[in-house]
Amino acid sequence: MTTVPRYHVAIVGAGPSGFYAAEALLRSDKNIAVDLFERLPVPYGLVRFGVAPDHAKLKQVTAVFERIAQMPGFRFVGGVEIGVDIGIDDLRRSYHAVILATGAALGREMGLTGENLPGTHQASDFVGWYNGHPDYRDLTFDFGGERAVVIGHGNVALDVARILVKTPDELRHTDIAGHALEALAESRIREVHLVGRGGPDGTRFSAKELQEFGTLGNCDPGVEMGDLAIDPFVPPQGVDPERKIAIGLLDAFSRRAWEKSRRCLFRFHLAPVGFEGHERVNRAVFRWSAQGEGLEQDVGIDTNLVFLSVGRRSAPVADVPYDAGRGVHANAGGRIGVEGEEVPGLYVCGWSKRGPQGTIGTNRACALDTVEKLLADLGSLPSPPSTAADSVVSSIWQRQGLRLDFEAWRAIDLAEVARGRVLGKPREKFVSVEAMIAAAKGKDIAC
Amino acid sequence: MPYVVTDHCTGCRYTECVTVCPVECFHIDDDMTYIDPDNCIDCGGCVPACPVGAIQPSYLLSPDQQKWIEINRRRSAETPVVTMRLTPLAGADERKRALGL
Repeated sequence: MTTVPRYHVAIVGAGPSGFYAAEALLRSDKNIAVDLFERLPVPYGLVRFGVAPDHAKLKQVTAVFERIAQMPGFRFVGGVEIGVDIGIDDLRRSYHAVILATGAALGREMGLTGENLPGTHQASDFVGWYNGHPDYRDLTFDFGGERAVVIGHGNVALDVARILVKTPDELRHTDIAGHALEALAESRIREVHLVGRGGPDGTRFSAKELQEFGTLGNCDPGVEMGDLAIDPFVPPQGVDPERKIAIGLLDAFSRRAWEKSRRCLFRFHLAPVGFEGHERVNRAVFRWSAQGEGLEQDVGIDTNLVFLSVGRRSAPVADVPYDAGRGVHANAGGRIGVEGEEVPGLYVCGWSKRGPQGTIGTNRACALDTVEKLLADLGSLPSPPSTAADSVVSSIWQRQGLRLDFEAWRAIDLAEVARGRVLGKPREKFVSVEAMIAAAKGKDIAC
Repeated sequence: MPYVVTDHCTGCRYTECVTVCPVECFHIDDDMTYIDPDNCIDCGGCVPACPVGAIQPSYLLSPDQQKWIEINRRRSAETPVVTMRLTPLAGADERKRALGL
């Protein structure tokens, strides 16, 4: 930026919605500087830690984020947890406005009996583990049984099932974390049940991700026809084209024979009731009900590995109002607070605004919408001292003893790509914050 | 497996797709939008966003629709990127109704 910025905005969370909010602010004609804060030394949020390792093309979106990071006025400040290292009110005092883009880091509990038995996991924990997130790298999963159960009919459930049934050779050249590749290579799982409450017309699978199950090297998709009524694959009137394709794919899966060594079985009309077992789960119990016929019966599936993929919620941030019902920061269209009583200068975008829905690009539209509101308010927000934002950032860097900025991330990035090259992987991620910091300093240490 | 814009867009051009594209890979001319197949990351986010179902993955195109793969490639190279939603073309809503949507 050639001129001194007129406004300073802080964004909390360097995932897609944080980057898109930064882009929208920097593209405006208001002469705004943006500091993008991130808890970890590495950016990109769920593109790095959520998108499945075998979806490499989707990860190419980071090229867009790299371009945003080059825009004048942009600063990445990694290794800082807002609400812990710095209070939200301290940030608000130092910036004209603050946008929370903290995502939906927590899995939703279902409140079922036995939900906390060992062997029952949140899908998001497994996803963080195979993607090398430092918070989840020490988790262990028992792949010694023959059957796993994934509860939920959304795309995360598909990711979890796919990673469980793919062969080591199908995963070896992805950026899957080394510890996950090693553990999954020893897996004895032959069958994954993908269980949902609704019928084939009620899933939230995207057609493209469902279609992949027809092309797996060592796994056949199937449908448990015993769960279903007659003619279950007739799309209801007025159903959208995407759903129609998904129903058609399930229909095709239902007619496939189980010939390969693994199978992914889609199950329907089963509402989870609880989990049985003494020291660990050995059975998941569901209630099957025939739609409109009043028939009900309990169905048990023997398993010692269960993943719950029934939604996520945002982690509350200290001093920020929280909407426990929706699992997001309480907001009225992106302004934090309730309608008519918004907190001045505090905004939210992405999954922590509207919940975990949509694709990466949905967050672009969402961030633009929030930024439009911020820009409309900007003139009426109190001005902090002009050097306040710089003071915040320089005191963080002083405390860290180094700058965990975008240049530091580039050093980490290069080191990860170099580690990956020798293994035939696009990158081998550092899975601890210490190793990330060491790489940022130019020292690649073992992790 | 790139996504392609097909003939349902012609005469409508709602551009809802543009707002949800994470990589700004939509291009535009006077008639419709086109997807740059080299930039598209196959997220599929634009498919449900289109009010007239004009966007499809290439593997689902019927034989008579296959031509749109090449048309999207060629026209996206010849036309500018569109980064924001525009007003739909005049008559878009009538055309949508005529398509039975």
